Amino acid sequence: MSPSTSLPSGLVAFVKRDCPTCELVVPVLQQISAKASLTVYTQDDPTFPPGIPAVDDTALEQSWHHQIETVPTLIRVEGGEERERVLGWQREEWEALTGIPALGDGLPALRPGCGSLSVDPSREAELSVRFGGSKLHARRVELAALEDEMEAMYTRGWSDGLPVVPPTEKRVLEMLEGTTRAPDDVIATVPPDLVACTVEKVAINAVMAGCKPEYLLVVLAAVEAACTDRFNMHGVIATTMGVGPIIVVNGPIRRAIGMNSGMNVLGQGNRANATIGRALQLVVRNVGGGRPGEVDRATYGNPGKLGFCFAEDEESSPWGPLSADLGAEPGTSTVTVFAGEGPRNVIDQRSREPMSLARSLAATLRTVQHPKLAIGFDAMLVIGPEHARVLKEAGWSKEQLIERLTELLTMPGEEMMRGVDEMAEGMPESFRSQPVTKFRPGGLLVVHCGGSAGLFSAILGGWASGPKGSQPAVQEIRP
Amino acid sequence: MTSEQRVVLDPTSEQKPKSIPRAPRLASLEKRTIGLLDISKPKGNVFLDRVEQELRALGATVERFQKPTFAKLAPVDLRHEIATRCDAVVEALAD
Repeated sequence: MSPSTSLPSGLVAFVKRDCPTCELVVPVLQQISAKASLTVYTQDDPTFPPGIPAVDDTALEQSWHHQIETVPTLIRVEGGEERERVLGWQREEWEALTGIPALGDGLPALRPGCGSLSVDPSREAELSVRFGGSKLHARRVELAALEDEMEAMYTRGWSDGLPVVPPTEKRVLEMLEGTTRAPDDVIATVPPDLVACTVEKVAINAVMAGCKPEYLLVVLAAVEAACTDRFNMHGVIATTMGVGPIIVVNGPIRRAIGMNSGMNVLGQGNRANATIGRALQLVVRNVGGGRPGEVDRATYGNPGKLGFCFAEDEESSPWGPLSADLGAEPGTSTVTVFAGEGPRNVIDQRSREPMSLARSLAATLRTVQHPKLAIGFDAMLVIGPEHARVLKEAGWSKEQLIERLTELLTMPGEEMMRGVDEMAEGMPESFRSQPVTKFRPGGLLVVHCGGSAGLFSAILGGWASGPKGSQPAVQEIRP
Repeated sequence: MTSEQRVVLDPTSEQKPKSIPRAPRLASLEKRTIGLLDISKPKGNVFLDRVEQELRALGATVERFQKPTFAKLAPVDLRHEIATRCDAVVEALAD
């Protein structure tokens, strides 16, 4: 500890005016001050306590360095070393520590103290930046005096096109409160530059995306899932097709962080939905180096590449969660990443029996990428609550729905051939004499969410599927 | 913004790309081994068949290689094999 932060020998007290126990012990402090060497550090008002010259610690430097959690705290110091401390007012303990008898005559024997301002959650991160010596490793970038800080984020190439929150050390430290993992923990290798990505770098980008600290563990899980060989983020970045990573969140975390799984679920307006997906894409951009026009070669892209994240409505779903279909334990919090496009709405306001509804869904699913192309692309079918009700009332399980859709989406190969219906595009000749199913086994995912009004569902078309392209990847969210 | 807030943390990888000099250019194709890498995009083979013809006519030996999928990086073993067996490589992007 530097000389400037070491405590003077004798007795030392930390107090604040805004604490009834500190007010209570003012006569005791005066009593001690008359008989012994007492130094009082005051956290909020240098004129407190009255009658005793107090040391101004409104900057909280001494309080922070000496890990004061309670006021009043009374400490005995010998030769710069702390020997003993008492928290709150406890007459016997104070008498023993000071060696002065009959302290605080007329006061209750015991009164707990109040919280020290140095552990106030709203100030802790700032104090740790100011006094702590940083645990963060990222390069510090000092903005020029005349530089606008929002513009500076753009000129350095750090933005996805929308304003980002400047990642100050204080904000990043606050963000890191959202996980128990160490800032230098490497969680993934991010393509395309194959960079070892630390928790700290994810936290920086999560700040920029506008995340709250409690979203960080979801972002971390999404980065982990996206950077697996299974999901193949490299291919998803580099493709000319218009897909991006879509994140579906399952489990208790959805409610804990206030995610939207209802009205406008795939749209704007919910901070968690909007910023978690954006944080993943900023990690890909800034850490991995995946930028449009460079390795990102998309012909069109889609607006979801700014960030696409939503929660499943598990509470009113007739079925188990998507995560369980992909092997996760039901009830655990997970992210699932799926390489997909923007949503396509499916209207069916007439069907009241499930087979009719399945036919409507199949007819639209058939158009994913091209009605005469099959097997090569997955899809995520987002069943709306009103459509789910039709299926639930008929007693259809999710497996049954997928089975019926698979039957409806199986066509004679000859109808899918190149040139059929006067369209050159289609399946190659080798499929002519066999039935062709639109989606590979496991290639049609079903998730339940959306507003409670509207006999609609939505389809998220996928990218090159299977081990040669991208497969949906589920990742448990860990603290 | 206060002066403390005028310092931000770098969100990028902070990597400085290493500069690797290009391999010396071949003066002639005579008796050289040229690798042709098909990335598994449709019709890449059509293009490479033609390139192979031309290279053989110039006296080169040609070896053909293929990535398992265009959607992922070439496996490290494949890259190593090409590097050890060939004097130069031509990669076909296609569609």
